[in-house]
Amino acid sequence: MFRKLTLTAATALALTTGQAIAESETHIEDFDFSFEGPFGSYDQMQLQRGLQIYTENCSSCHGLEYVAFRTLHDEGGPALPEDQMRAYAEFYEIYDPAIDDYRLATPADKFPAVTAAGAPDLSLMAKSRAGFHGPLGSGLNQLFKGMGGAEYIASILTGYEETPECAPEDFDGYYNVAFAAGGFPEECIDDHGHHMVPGSWIGMPQPLWGDDVEFADGHSTDIHHEAQDIAAFLMWTAEPKMMDRKHAGLAGVILLIMLSVLLYLTNKRLWAPHKHKD
Amino acid sequence: MSGIPHDHYEPKTGIEKWLHTRLPIVGLVYDTLMLPTPKNLNWMWIWGIVLAFTLVLQIATGIVLVMHYTPHVDLAFASVEHIMRDVNGGHMIRYFHANGASLFFVAVYLHMFRGLYYGSYKAPREVTWIIGMLMYLVMMGTAFMGYVLPWGQMSFHGTAVITGLFGAIPFIGDAIQTWLLGASAVGQPALNRFFSLHYLLPFVLLGLTIVHVWAFHTTGNNNPTGVEVRRTSKEDAAKDTLPFWPYFVIKDLFALAVVLAVFMAIVGFMPNYLGHPDNYVPANPLATPSHIVPEWYFLPFYAILRAFTADVWIVQLVNFVSFGIIDAKFFGVLAMFGAIAVMALAPWLDTSSVRSGRYRPMFKWWFALLAFDFIVLMWVGAMPTDGIYPYISLIAATYWFGYFLVLLPLLGVIEKPLPQPATIEDDFNAHYAPKAGADASAKSAE
Repeated sequence: MFRKLTLTAATALALTTGQAIAESETHIEDFDFSFEGPFGSYDQMQLQRGLQIYTENCSSCHGLEYVAFRTLHDEGGPALPEDQMRAYAEFYEIYDPAIDDYRLATPADKFPAVTAAGAPDLSLMAKSRAGFHGPLGSGLNQLFKGMGGAEYIASILTGYEETPECAPEDFDGYYNVAFAAGGFPEECIDDHGHHMVPGSWIGMPQPLWGDDVEFADGHSTDIHHEAQDIAAFLMWTAEPKMMDRKHAGLAGVILLIMLSVLLYLTNKRLWAPHKHKD
Repeated sequence: MSGIPHDHYEPKTGIEKWLHTRLPIVGLVYDTLMLPTPKNLNWMWIWGIVLAFTLVLQIATGIVLVMHYTPHVDLAFASVEHIMRDVNGGHMIRYFHANGASLFFVAVYLHMFRGLYYGSYKAPREVTWIIGMLMYLVMMGTAFMGYVLPWGQMSFHGTAVITGLFGAIPFIGDAIQTWLLGASAVGQPALNRFFSLHYLLPFVLLGLTIVHVWAFHTTGNNNPTGVEVRRTSKEDAAKDTLPFWPYFVIKDLFALAVVLAVFMAIVGFMPNYLGHPDNYVPANPLATPSHIVPEWYFLPFYAILRAFTADVWIVQLVNFVSFGIIDAKFFGVLAMFGAIAVMALAPWLDTSSVRSGRYRPMFKWWFALLAFDFIVLMWVGAMPTDGIYPYISLIAATYWFGYFLVLLPLLGVIEKPLPQPATIEDDFNAHYAPKAGADASAKSAE
């Protein structure tokens, strides 16, 4: 039985590796974000730049329906000064069901929901796309390299490439090497069912090209930096309490380790006479 | 009352005597805390305390979450985001609760496999084992219904898949599924009743916990040797045991603190690692996720459910013999529940007279393979259903049944067990020599 099992396991392994190739591949780049790891924190200036990119580029189609304007003032976030945050909120008109009309937004209001058809809300994008990056969907890259939804977003934004030759010219959407869930032309699938090119066709036209904004702090506006800034901002919109959480986690771990040491010593002392160690 | 002979509570002062003749509650607490416990228990005997703590943690955090949650299909998702963003400390409470479910299952699986290895399920502890199995079922039901509440994509489509299992029952399946959901499809009635039951079942679990503890306080704990505590006299019993307080309370608290340090690190630094990202997308009945995967703790049994496809000969045979009543889908459902049922029947399937796996040279290896099998099932349960994966599922599922239905009865007959220590005291002294100044750096209990 053992022999049989070993043989089966060996065959299984061999076939599994073959199987993995057949699945469509995407290129998710491992960006270095300041908030990765247990001690990482948001870069306040980066979040402010990301907010600027969102405001000037993304907000025309995408909403942030779970994010309240007042939180832009929160510490551990973009931390806009209060007057700036209030002024920023007034940029937006929101629908108020109480008066059945549009009015200027106040800090207590949330960003408007989706505005363009088919454009998903971005509030939770960084968490809902935190995929299982890593071999065999194990999530190991998430664990060891800190790869998550922010990497995914930045990769999508920098993943637009020339349409591959195999695709028909009128194929719906825009070719993106980092996008997995889109349409894929049959012409680009070979006889074995393998995708000949990575990624798939996404509905959103390329939103960032580089030099789309001008930053007050003079930060670089090439597409790579812009993509990282907006991805960091969207990570914050998805997980605004990350800093609080990491602080609580660190304090908790330290206190529990101290408690463990004390209990270990108590336990040792308590059992010593019975273990004949006195 | 049976049990290990030990000193019982004696009321001394007037007020104690007054209360004791009316309500012997102090005596109950005293006898529970001072229970004579085998002194050779190793570190695998700590998971019970972890489980008890986790149940309290889940109830405490859950009660606070309920204060801010709205069980309505249009509002549930947003109310969870409200907890994450606006409620003071809400993000920590929710992450404790969500990861608490994982801690619960880590602990329960280690607890169960400890019982399977050291033969804790064997006479006279069958009732403890059976109650434990019931608790495991209640836990699974509670966890499943809790996962529905955030009303994300996985919540919604997972519910459709799991309740669909009941739909596979011949003749009455559709009616049962409709009865469970309160409608013909997943929607508001399902969300409301799952919320109600998710609040109720933990208290059922609490009640079962008391019965579970009561049962093994009557029989006494099992221990790594499987040799019973001597009950011939109080003095003999005292040589094999130490009172639960303070010896095991402190030991368990130490272990709990270590486990919680790891738990805290997960909650603080990677709270979404064990969850599925799709559940941060609001439920949309019109868009089915490409991959519906249950939470990790259901995967072994989910793999068994999927293992028996229509092209497996036993499924075809059963289908033929039952005149097509038991099709592949229903067979899978039966296999999944059967996998838990055979585990519950372990006390009667295991024919060996030796309790602990430590003295069973053949059993040991088959048990190790079972533990490995469990991990394989967990892994393959998350894999797609094409390519080689169905074969792996099938082999792993077959071994699961083979272990309980064939190997456990057979090993008891053909295996020649190793000699066991005569008493727990002997085993303990073998590790901690009674002579002073002997090997002082001896390893701790196992």
